[in-house]
Amino acid sequence: MTARVRQIIRDHARLPIDIDTLDDDDDLYQAGMTSHASVNLMLALESAFDVEFPDAMLKRSVFESVTSIVEALDSLGVMAA
Amino acid sequence: MTLAIDRDQAFLTEIRRIADEVAGPHADAVDREARFPVEAVSALRDAQALSGFIPVEYGGQGLSFETIATACYELGRRCGASAMVFAMHQIQVVTIVRHLEGSPWYADHLRDVAREQRLVASVTSEIGTGGDLGRSIAAVTPDDGGGYTLEKAAPTVSYGAYADDLFTTVRRSPDAEPGDQVLVLTSRDQHHLEPQGTWDPLGMRGTCSPGYQMRASFGPERILAAPFSTVAVESMVPVTHVLWSHLWLGIATDAFDRSRAFVRAQAKGRPDVVPPTAARLSQLMAELALLRGVVSGGLREFTDSIAADDRERLSTMAAILRFNNLKVAASEQAPRVCQGALGVTGIVGFKNDTPFSVGRHIRDSMSASLMIANERIHQTNASLLLIAKDV
Repeated sequence: MTARVRQIIRDHARLPIDIDTLDDDDDLYQAGMTSHASVNLMLALESAFDVEFPDAMLKRSVFESVTSIVEALDSLGVMAA
Repeated sequence: MTLAIDRDQAFLTEIRRIADEVAGPHADAVDREARFPVEAVSALRDAQALSGFIPVEYGGQGLSFETIATACYELGRRCGASAMVFAMHQIQVVTIVRHLEGSPWYADHLRDVAREQRLVASVTSEIGTGGDLGRSIAAVTPDDGGGYTLEKAAPTVSYGAYADDLFTTVRRSPDAEPGDQVLVLTSRDQHHLEPQGTWDPLGMRGTCSPGYQMRASFGPERILAAPFSTVAVESMVPVTHVLWSHLWLGIATDAFDRSRAFVRAQAKGRPDVVPPTAARLSQLMAELALLRGVVSGGLREFTDSIAADDRERLSTMAAILRFNNLKVAASEQAPRVCQGALGVTGIVGFKNDTPFSVGRHIRDSMSASLMIANERIHQTNASLLLIAKDV
């Protein structure tokens, strides 16, 4: 799942740097992800994993790193395939 | 608890006195001359009002957030510019109180604010960022002596020349991304403001908010540890929108009261007939009620999060949307009410020197949609609406 999340970040988070240079725990916002791009990322994740993030999860801390995104998807029952 | 409520009520009684006896009588001169409301701010200092929200342990009065919001409303009813200066100072204080995270320097500085009744302004907007407060060009830059400097081109700094301290957003370091921001508090002897241009605006003339080139040198203790992205969503943005909307409601309420006084004066002249303007006044009351509703809803949302000690709630997209909506809704409705008051009073309200004049109210309230441009907020909300669920 981590690889798929990384690919979606690459396609939608519009980072000014290559995602491969970031560790799973690195802060995507500090790496230059804007609030606007983060909304695109959330939409892309919802679409790719066929989930809906509830409002309580729609906040910066949930989408700030690869690790936190994978944990969020886990908690929504997305299987690590 | 009773003691605290008594203290809040005594504070508001004093604020109403200052509004009626000081801010109101000078409001027209402040507006006409586009000058700082020195009398009102001096009276607020005498009443220790600048430290109203600061907890008792830091030398303040420990008043509730509702009380501060109500004070903005009361001042707004008598002088929009005085209310805006008060509100913007409180925004900085509330932000520091909520985010000092045990910093001994910030704790001491709150004591200084309380003891000296220091006035704090903010430098958040910057030329070249397209009005996006979540991005900075200026950066905290190390100097040779272990300290730091910053230089920022600000298109407006409200009452900057009259402030004792400036709370400024900057990038964390010269190589940080535009959105990786921190707040820095500098005092008069550490910063220099070079005025850029003049100050002769349509409304809110007493806020004295020209552009400045700001330069500052400071030590590391003045950099607030909490990242601005957190401070913004948990405090600065919601507090700004709640306090601003309260003072806009104050301005609109006074415009309504003036139009009501006008209709009553007409009715007294001919007690047997309901004047035709009374029907317009009734329509205007509905508009004012809408504004009141949106403003009190915004306050409740914020105070609920304080009561539940749940700041996380404020950082959800649904909450961000709702506070943004408070701002755009209140800033569009307030001038509508003021203009409606002109529709009731007619030429008598149009003239600047009658008891029913509403020109200043209209002009002051028109600043509301520009302070953090509504167009930009609508763009943000348009994007957030795609993903937030229960708004």
